Amino acid sequence: MIRIALPLAGLVLLALAPLALSDYGLGLLIGMAGYVTLASSWALFSGHTRYISLATVAFYGTGAYTVAVLNEALPYPLVLLAAGGIGAALALLVGLSTLRLAGVYFVIFTFGLAELVRQLITWYEVTITGTLGRYIFLDITPAQIYWQLLALAALTLALTAWMHRRPLGLALRVIGDDEVVAAHAGINLARVKLVAFTLSATIITLAGAIASPRWVYVEPAIVFNPTVSFLTVIMALLGGANRLWGPLLGAVPLFLLFEYLSVHFPDTYPIFLGALFIAVVFVLPEGVLAGLEKLRLRRRPTTREAKA
Amino acid sequence: MLEVRDLTIAYGRHVALEGVSLSVARGEMVAILGANGAGKSSLLSAIAGRVAPRTGAIGYDGQSLLGLPQHGLVDRGIALVPEGRGIFPGLTVAENLALGANPMRARAGAAATREEVLTLFPRLAERRRQIAGTMSGGEQQMVAIGRALMSKPDLLLLDEPSLGLAPIVVQEVFAALVRIRDTGLTIMIVEQNARATLALADRAYLLEAGRIIGTGRADALRNDPAVVRAFLGGLSGNAPAQA
Repeated sequence: MIRIALPLAGLVLLALAPLALSDYGLGLLIGMAGYVTLASSWALFSGHTRYISLATVAFYGTGAYTVAVLNEALPYPLVLLAAGGIGAALALLVGLSTLRLAGVYFVIFTFGLAELVRQLITWYEVTITGTLGRYIFLDITPAQIYWQLLALAALTLALTAWMHRRPLGLALRVIGDDEVVAAHAGINLARVKLVAFTLSATIITLAGAIASPRWVYVEPAIVFNPTVSFLTVIMALLGGANRLWGPLLGAVPLFLLFEYLSVHFPDTYPIFLGALFIAVVFVLPEGVLAGLEKLRLRRRPTTREAKA
Repeated sequence: MLEVRDLTIAYGRHVALEGVSLSVARGEMVAILGANGAGKSSLLSAIAGRVAPRTGAIGYDGQSLLGLPQHGLVDRGIALVPEGRGIFPGLTVAENLALGANPMRARAGAAATREEVLTLFPRLAERRRQIAGTMSGGEQQMVAIGRALMSKPDLLLLDEPSLGLAPIVVQEVFAALVRIRDTGLTIMIVEQNARATLALADRAYLLEAGRIIGTGRADALRNDPAVVRAFLGGLSGNAPAQA
């Protein structure tokens, strides 16, 4: 009971927060809700399967760009729907062609994908429409953006929790352990990976679409900034990508830290980002939550074999 | 039951298997023996759908297995225990076994199958809640075999079950294989440990440099001087296991 009641109470409190906060405070909340959504939905696919995707910003930017293109042509709910649909279609296309790749090839492909989408849109805007930048004029207040992102974050966590108990969640876990054995346990690897990848990418696209009115002015170099992909990965890894609350635990403190650094050290801040990335991978490769568990286990005289 | 005809497998220009034909009848235990690099694992990988052969045919109960996806083989009744502990290390023993019963054919009778598996491997019953990755090598191999048995196979494919195990643990694993064989299950085993395997199997094929160089009943092969020299030679004093 408490496992459901506590998060729900937290959600209600967070939903009421804009009433008591300054504009700057609300801006921080929007950033946090956005990155919690990104890190959690990234982990939905990559956390258990260990397919490290750097395509986050390809979908995030696609969501933002969809709003930029359609915001004057369609009513807002339909724009969101279109963004989700485009994200899902792109994810299916990418998934079908890449999920056979393993390890580092998948990482490199996803990184290239973000760049490819950015170049394609730039080319399209320059040669076909003749404008590179677009404006987003929507009657949406920051509080409304925040509530939408909060809802999306909650939905992502609920979906992750629900999947953990379903055959799909178990299948994702064992794919990360050993693909051959998983296949010979009768699991259709291609289908499981495709479903999870598409779900994850659709949520990321929606997050980009919802957050886009904050930019007002949108161009490919802004919305396809690869730093978003890297931040998402490191946040999820810091908290523990294969735990329900792990990505959230990584996203909130890291977002606040980066916010502080980018305000106080605007020029040197990418150096901290790089150093932190290395530190997370070296010190806590399985995340804070797993690290804490290991510390607790060390008190007891159990020997744990290294995972193959 | 299983018919392999003129199978050739090549990775680029390297030919791993050339013109291999063999058959396994229902209820039989057939061993494929050979040294490292003889092509044993390639043969098993082709039957298990992991590599596509360049030429040849693989038939199972009169139907071709070629082109079937790996997850489709399980529903046909073929279970593979891959080389090097085919388990899910992050899950408990019970979860590993439960996943083994994931294929459609095994779901209905999963509880009964689990009782059978736990009778075959009493150790797994004691360790039901343990995370499989924290168990010893021999215990992990039992989890792997148990997981495969949970899919209610008609044909069990074992890829080097003794690899990397201490001699005393190898004995334990082979003793378990005897019990499985005695249930009447059809088994195809690929092994380097020729002596222990020949004590266990009905028939064997000898593989060398990608070709079959001999075949026969296991008891005859054990006393064949040429086989003793090539596969059992030099080690007669310290047999790794007696099954």
